Amino acid sequence: MRRANLNAGVPMLKFIIKRLLWMIPSLFAVSFLAFVLIQLPPGDFVTTYIATLASSNEVVDQNTAAQLRERFGLDQPMLVQYLKWIWGIVTSGDFGISFEWQQPVSGLIWERMALTLVLAVASLLATWAIALPIGVYSAVKKYSIGDYAFTAFTFFGLSIPSFLLALVLMYVAAVEFGQDVGGLFSPEYETASWSIGKMFDLLTHLWLPVAILAVSSTASLIRVMRANMLDELPKPYVTTARAKGLSEFRLLTKYPLRIALNPFISTIAWLLPNLISGSVVVAIVLNLPTAAPLLLQSLMAQDMYLAGAFVLLICALTLIGSLISDILLALVDPRIRLE
Amino acid sequence: MVDVSIANIRPDRAAVASQWQLIWWAFKRHKLAMAALVVTVAMYVVALVPGFFAINDPTAQNARATFHPPQKIHFFDTSNGIEFGPHYYPMRLTRDPNTLAAIYIEDTSRKVPVTFFGRGYTYSVLGLFETDIHLVASADKARPLFLFGADRLGRDVYSRVVQGAQVSLSIGLVGVCLSLLLGIVLGGISGYYGGRIDFVMQRVIDFVLSLPTIPIWLALAAALPQGWPATLQYLMITIILSFTGWAQLARVVRGRFLSLRTEEFVAAARLDGVPESRIIFRHMLPSFSSHVIASVTLAVPAMILAETSLSFLGLGLQPPTISWGVLLREAQNIRSIATAPWLFMPGLAVVIAVMALNLLGDGLRDAADPYNK
Repeated sequence: MRRANLNAGVPMLKFIIKRLLWMIPSLFAVSFLAFVLIQLPPGDFVTTYIATLASSNEVVDQNTAAQLRERFGLDQPMLVQYLKWIWGIVTSGDFGISFEWQQPVSGLIWERMALTLVLAVASLLATWAIALPIGVYSAVKKYSIGDYAFTAFTFFGLSIPSFLLALVLMYVAAVEFGQDVGGLFSPEYETASWSIGKMFDLLTHLWLPVAILAVSSTASLIRVMRANMLDELPKPYVTTARAKGLSEFRLLTKYPLRIALNPFISTIAWLLPNLISGSVVVAIVLNLPTAAPLLLQSLMAQDMYLAGAFVLLICALTLIGSLISDILLALVDPRIRLE
Repeated sequence: MVDVSIANIRPDRAAVASQWQLIWWAFKRHKLAMAALVVTVAMYVVALVPGFFAINDPTAQNARATFHPPQKIHFFDTSNGIEFGPHYYPMRLTRDPNTLAAIYIEDTSRKVPVTFFGRGYTYSVLGLFETDIHLVASADKARPLFLFGADRLGRDVYSRVVQGAQVSLSIGLVGVCLSLLLGIVLGGISGYYGGRIDFVMQRVIDFVLSLPTIPIWLALAAALPQGWPATLQYLMITIILSFTGWAQLARVVRGRFLSLRTEEFVAAARLDGVPESRIIFRHMLPSFSSHVIASVTLAVPAMILAETSLSFLGLGLQPPTISWGVLLREAQNIRSIATAPWLFMPGLAVVIAVMALNLLGDGLRDAADPYNK
């Protein structure tokens, strides 16, 4: 027994190292994908820039255009541009220059990415906090009125697009309560630097987007949890525990819940990409100061380094999410790390 | 309907019933899924000939009907006794003396009868022939019936929702077909050959599944030139949606292939010298097609939601193409939905469609599972 415990750390460590090493090619693949994606639109920023100027009757001659291209390095082959870009990111955290804002991308993205992460993690926690008890309740009281009500809710939650829910809530807030619910900060804190007051202000605004995002993910998670519990409940060990006189609550939390939690953890891997991905549309509708509205704007303007940085960071965030979920899963379930 | 459950079917019938017969019996027991099937079929019928179900020309603008509120069809006329005759009262446009805002007042002195299978605007049925017969038609062309109200250009929201069903519902099917093709080929190769090919394919699938779909779709959709014709745009959007959608289906197909590869009947076929292609298509494919169909049914609503979100953000389909996502763009700012909450109707259509397809897919999945009691 003691020997097994001593050795348990070694495969775990091996697993984590292996999994971390896998991250490197994945991250490179993601960065290349992000770069190809933002290169896809025909023309480049200079073409868009000239078109914008032309619409206000300003003419840019060929020479200036060529100069602009040279300055931004847009005249070089794609692979060279990519290598320069990735080299800058890896060595000095330099994501290039935003054409539209005329300033380094790294100065624009971090606060927005941090808020994106806060939003995603808050939604994840809310999802768990709601889905876990409801899933267990639905399984234990199978086919009760409560179970049917929650099942109906899950079907509804899975069917409503999150942006529609955001719109409806905005409508209700505006028409019924005369309130504007967009944004993450009150006007007086919007440009202020971080302080306790601003943090508190963020919390009072965060609940609405979190609630909207949590609806669809909660719906799917309740169903996962209910199905897992239903698989475990009829097993003989539950009957044994009950026969031994364990209280129903203790019995549930001690055995079947722990096993049913297993697939629950693996859901982080897809829940996080889903939440981040879903938050894009909700953030645009509610005009939140997260990555999404700026991403959309930069994609429209072909501001490629800004868009690329966002796509890259959002993808990297989801990769890290699946890494965390794999490691947690290996910690909980020894079968996975021994595989 | 007579309740047919597996339990009260005579055992000798159950023993010789085909797999599809068993799935259908199991499916029929699932009341909610049956209802979803009816709703789904009804919606796809509407999507097939939207012109027949529409009342007004969905593209016709009407300057005298901006933000016209929804009207009701009255079935009984109670002015002198009770008399059956579907009709509606047209609305008169007046202005608020102070704000000059449009106010519509029901004009009960004028009664416009509604006819079923009456004549309206001319539409084409699947591009085959043209007709002007509609399920519901108004007798007075100058005072059109707005069942779900009108948008900011005075276009009939009901007819637009009906017309939008065609694009929104079909884009899910076409997108899923593309994903399925990719998923079956790639997942099939991976599961059938195993080994190194499988390892590489697994990493690719894992990678695609870990990507956040909406930012990727946004970036891909932003690359589409705005001026493209509608059909090309439609095709490109389906391709974009399948770009990430295939991985899920490939995973299902691969899993099935792996578990079937070691089954006795496959080994027997191989020992009999049956060629590979026949083993795959004659022996393996039929035994997991039911699972694939269930997964496909569950993938369609996801595609519909994706198209709606993309078009809503202005990066998917572009007007004048009518889809539910394009229609919801009208509901984008708080000012227009505050004056015209009926602009949410396309959203309701999305919710109903997605819910019906989800329930249908769930029912199919349960019915296709032979271990499900």
